[in-house]
Amino acid sequence: MAVAARSTQRTRWIRLQVFRYVTFAAAAVFFLVPIGAMVEFSTRANNGSRTLEYWRSIFDYPEMIAAIVASLQLAAITSVVMLVLLVPTMVWVRLKLPGLSRIVEFICLLPLTIPAIVLVVGLFPVYIWMGSNFSDSILTLSLAYVVLVLPYCYRALDAGLGAIDVKTLSEAARSLGASWFAVMWRIIVPNISNAILNATLLSVALVLGEFTIANNLLYANLQVELVHLGRANAGVSIAVAVASLLFAFVLLVILAFIGNRPRRVRPELATALAGPLAASQT
Amino acid sequence: MTAAGNPAVATSAGRPLAGGRLLSLDWLGAVPFLAYVGLFLLLPSAIVGFGAFFNADSTFTLENFGHLSRSYVVRATIDTTVISAVTALAGAALGALLAYAIVTGSPNGLLRRLVVSASGVLAQFGGVTLAFAFIASIGPAGFVYLFAQAHGLDYYAHGIWLFERSGLGLVYLYFQIPLMVLVFLPALDGIKPQWREATESLGGNTWHYWRHIAGPILFPSFLGAALLLFANAFSAYATAQALINQGQPMLSQQIAGALSSEVGAVEPGFAKAIAIEMIVIVTLVTVLYSLLQRRTSRWL
Repeated sequence: MAVAARSTQRTRWIRLQVFRYVTFAAAAVFFLVPIGAMVEFSTRANNGSRTLEYWRSIFDYPEMIAAIVASLQLAAITSVVMLVLLVPTMVWVRLKLPGLSRIVEFICLLPLTIPAIVLVVGLFPVYIWMGSNFSDSILTLSLAYVVLVLPYCYRALDAGLGAIDVKTLSEAARSLGASWFAVMWRIIVPNISNAILNATLLSVALVLGEFTIANNLLYANLQVELVHLGRANAGVSIAVAVASLLFAFVLLVILAFIGNRPRRVRPELATALAGPLAASQT
Repeated sequence: MTAAGNPAVATSAGRPLAGGRLLSLDWLGAVPFLAYVGLFLLLPSAIVGFGAFFNADSTFTLENFGHLSRSYVVRATIDTTVISAVTALAGAALGALLAYAIVTGSPNGLLRRLVVSASGVLAQFGGVTLAFAFIASIGPAGFVYLFAQAHGLDYYAHGIWLFERSGLGLVYLYFQIPLMVLVFLPALDGIKPQWREATESLGGNTWHYWRHIAGPILFPSFLGAALLLFANAFSAYATAQALINQGQPMLSQQIAGALSSEVGAVEPGFAKAIAIEMIVIVTLVTVLYSLLQRRTSRWL
């Protein structure tokens, strides 16, 4: 009886392991072959041998360099504006305006249900107006990108603020004579540094991959330029695409690594990544 | 009596004053945020919402919605719905299998951490890069195709389907499956091994367990995740735009087309009407998703 039970257990275990490894192998093929193919394609010479010619000639395309620089600047500006806007507001709402917290959450998560292509339709007249009254620089895109990254950054920061006692910390600091600025800069920020890093990395990854808004507002950021160049010189375009993908990958691996350490961020990280992010990206 | 009353009067007179002043200052703290989202999120939303009901001369009209019956918009709606539904179901099924393979391993194992991190990256894979990845692998110049062709398997013999709807569906799976893994893992984690043991001690076998215990508990979560995947594919734009040069088979491309003058006339009102059509469908699906998630959370 016991022997029979053990042998059914054993066959079941073997069957499970076979299922697992077949699944993993199939997934690895499906997901790794296209990435490997990009590397292969961008190093293939016309006669079939290996070459780094495409990678070297990235620098021969000034529009591409300009687009890369613009996207990096956009990523930096978006992150800073997002943090300056979101961190003080979220702390303030927790301390003084708890009644507003549901509304702020709703607003921050709203972009998840509005596809980026729909947002573009509404942003179009706003950007035409801004272009003729303030500036039509590509860097104004970061104003729209802040909205795009809002849901993910809100979740990351909310997890960080939820893990500390904002009220006690700030009351203690205030009673010792700290200004609100000092509370924010010297008490809150150091305590949620992981969440801030999380939110920043997510913003950078999102902005570097953004295509929909830039393309339809007629700005040439990295992704838009990739498509343009892809029609003229696919090899160079794919080389840049691989490079940007690897860069985003490194950022997100750092993020996953940070997410592993603290107590609460890990599950939040999963939800932050699990949102319909691809909606804005794909 | 009066001595005791006076301080009470003083505080009750002082408090509303201080409270009122503080309250107004408190609200100021939220003003920058509200102004910002008002300008770049709520105003654009309102422009879409109201703008769809007006024509170029700012007079009220339902004409924009009438244009939704144009044959190419109907076609795009059907195509987008079909591609989204197929990739959502296929992505949900395959993603659930992968998630199950992960969850049956060690909960803190390297494999699990690797797959979860990779899923996070792949679900966010930029649409343009994604299109390139498939062109470079199975495209007409990709090494997979060249290899298959050299071995007598010309899978483009009847046309290059990668740049058509079926190709788009395949490419969508690349971000649908990882998204499913991320969304469905928590539900699978909630399944308790004790339920399996209880089934067995009552004489049930594997089929009974899946049919009567795990299946019904996981089903709402599975369906909810599939809806999320549907909404995700429905609103996708970059992949389609980077992959398909000819025609605009996706609804999102139709919006972009009506917005710019690349193809024919600029029709901002029409773009808004299609945008509303898209929002209605996505919102409907999202509401269903959250209802199903709530139902699942009763058990998990």
